[in-house]
Amino acid sequence: MDNAILKCLSINKRYGDVQALTNIDLTVKKGELFGLIGPDGAGKTSLFRILTSLLPADSGTAVVNGLDVEKDFRELRRQIGYMPGRFSLYQDLSVEENLNFFATIFNTTVKENYHLVSDIYRHIEPFKNRRAGKLSGGMKQKLALSCALIHKPTVLFLDEPTTGVDPVSRKEFWEMLKNLKEQGITIIVSTPYMDEAGLCDRIALIQHGKMLSVETPDRITAQFPHKLYRAESKNNYALLGALRQNPEVKSAYMFGEYLHVVFKDKLPHYDETNSKSEDNTQIVFNEIEPCIEDCFIALMNE
Amino acid sequence: MKTISQFLAFVKKEFYHIFRDTRTMLIIIGIPVIQILIIGFAISTEVKNVKIAVYDPSNDISTQKIINRLSSSDHFLFVQHLKSTEEVEGVFKKGKIGMAIIFGSNFNEHLLHTGEASVQLIADATDPNQGLVATVYASSIIADYQQELMQALEIPIQIIPEIRMLYNPEMRSAYNFVPGLMGMIFMLICAMMTSVAIVREKETGTMEVLLTSPVKPIYIIISKMVPYFIISWFIFIIILLMSVFVLKVPVSGSLLWLNVFTLIFIVVALSLGLFISTMVNTQVAAILFSGMGLIMPVMIFSGFIFPIESMPKILQYFSCIIPARWFISGARKLMIEDVEVRYVLKEMFILTGMAIGILVVSLKNFKTRLE
Repeated sequence: MDNAILKCLSINKRYGDVQALTNIDLTVKKGELFGLIGPDGAGKTSLFRILTSLLPADSGTAVVNGLDVEKDFRELRRQIGYMPGRFSLYQDLSVEENLNFFATIFNTTVKENYHLVSDIYRHIEPFKNRRAGKLSGGMKQKLALSCALIHKPTVLFLDEPTTGVDPVSRKEFWEMLKNLKEQGITIIVSTPYMDEAGLCDRIALIQHGKMLSVETPDRITAQFPHKLYRAESKNNYALLGALRQNPEVKSAYMFGEYLHVVFKDKLPHYDETNSKSEDNTQIVFNEIEPCIEDCFIALMNE
Repeated sequence: MKTISQFLAFVKKEFYHIFRDTRTMLIIIGIPVIQILIIGFAISTEVKNVKIAVYDPSNDISTQKIINRLSSSDHFLFVQHLKSTEEVEGVFKKGKIGMAIIFGSNFNEHLLHTGEASVQLIADATDPNQGLVATVYASSIIADYQQELMQALEIPIQIIPEIRMLYNPEMRSAYNFVPGLMGMIFMLICAMMTSVAIVREKETGTMEVLLTSPVKPIYIIISKMVPYFIISWFIFIIILLMSVFVLKVPVSGSLLWLNVFTLIFIVVALSLGLFISTMVNTQVAAILFSGMGLIMPVMIFSGFIFPIESMPKILQYFSCIIPARWFISGARKLMIEDVEVRYVLKEMFILTGMAIGILVVSLKNFKTRLE
């Protein structure tokens, strides 16, 4: 791919006995909003740290914006923006002081790049004299994003920016990312929330340090190899037990207030959309389109 | 130019951290002042009712007059006559007296015929200040008597007081605590606070962001040291002023060299703090490390509290690696003994060497990555 801005080849990372990353290959295109989706402990943060030159990989190479993360880390650090998973600004400095500080250490001024952050920063500007530690979770993330953006990075790494943020702020945050993307910034974002995956251009599913799949969200769901049914009954818990006992069921799991079921063949025993379980309660089966989480679970079980 | 403004932004930020954290402020400004004041008021310079014992084999008119004058002054309280000089140690040990006065035999005869007689003043210098002042008062009372006698007799006579300090012959006075205290305070402020300040950035995750910035790690480090360097110097000046005006310590040596010498020590302490911060990852560990690893040894092995000369040989050798030992010894020379700077060159070279050594090691140890 010619327009690749980030390329990594067979990255391995081990912490003592734990293999954190195994043979990670990844390519991100210029201008993409790329999502790294996986549960806690999947290796998202480790990969981010390697890509931002904070952590040396045990083996493999990674090139970001044409710069090797090991050899050219000095130059690389000028060009990327990184927002760690944990709130990593100075809690005892005010909003404005934080922004000014980060602008200065990245050799720029708030004035110079205000247009980049204005969309985000104006939300918190009324509180610019408040200490960062006293901001709400959503405002903290906005400030952190402003600080990571103030030097106009070509690639922006956001490690779980929406973890612990309320649903409204999460939605707002993703809106902001879309706007940033339009300004030509490549954004690589990690999240444990599968529902955010659909908002990315392409996503990588990662689990136990291994890449499961790298595709557009649509194609990932299109590649789902089975028919997926949504089941519901008055006693979902008992139904889940019964389905898991059934040899014809490939997998069954809770999904919100429903159960998602995949059969090995088709819908044999329960071939009616209205079936009865042993204790005579009504079970309703509906064929549905799989979502990213279903794909993730299917890939995980392979 | 950009590097300078980056650097200044860092220093400014560091000052914000310090001034906005009351705990930090209390530690760095409060502790030195309180310690100096405690020591200042613990020293009583007023000497009253020092109990005296007298050995007087002559028992003539001169010795009796001297004894009378001593006893009638406010400063002394006559307790007993001694039968022999051997008794002196016994009464001191029992704590009965603070000073013993030993006259020679045939005191008056010697005085009249040879024009010279001697009297020994033996003071208990466990409290060095008390001991010293007692002998000074006694000597001046004796000198008064000598003066009067000389005028009456119209011949030159001289009573020579021979002063001996028991238990603390070096006269380690409370003045001597000031350099030791400074050694400890600088370890506290420079080493502990610097290490905590750097490790805090690791703990809160801000180091991650700083490391992904184009700022060179060495600037991150130096900008952490600058505020503590300035504050330490400021505190040094406060301590000096308080020593002179509150404790009345005669700071007699060269102020310039005292400053230079102290600043070298401050750099040593800062580099130690930096060194610790490269070893540990939590603030608690940094405090434990600097508390147990630096401040304790300063109190025990630097000569601050326990004289190095009276330690077992092996501990004396060990004390050589404690920077504060060299600082205290040099600062005592410069502040109190008023010697020329060439006598502290040894201490200065050792401390400079230590500063460079520790700085090089810790800068090499400082990681430009997280691992």
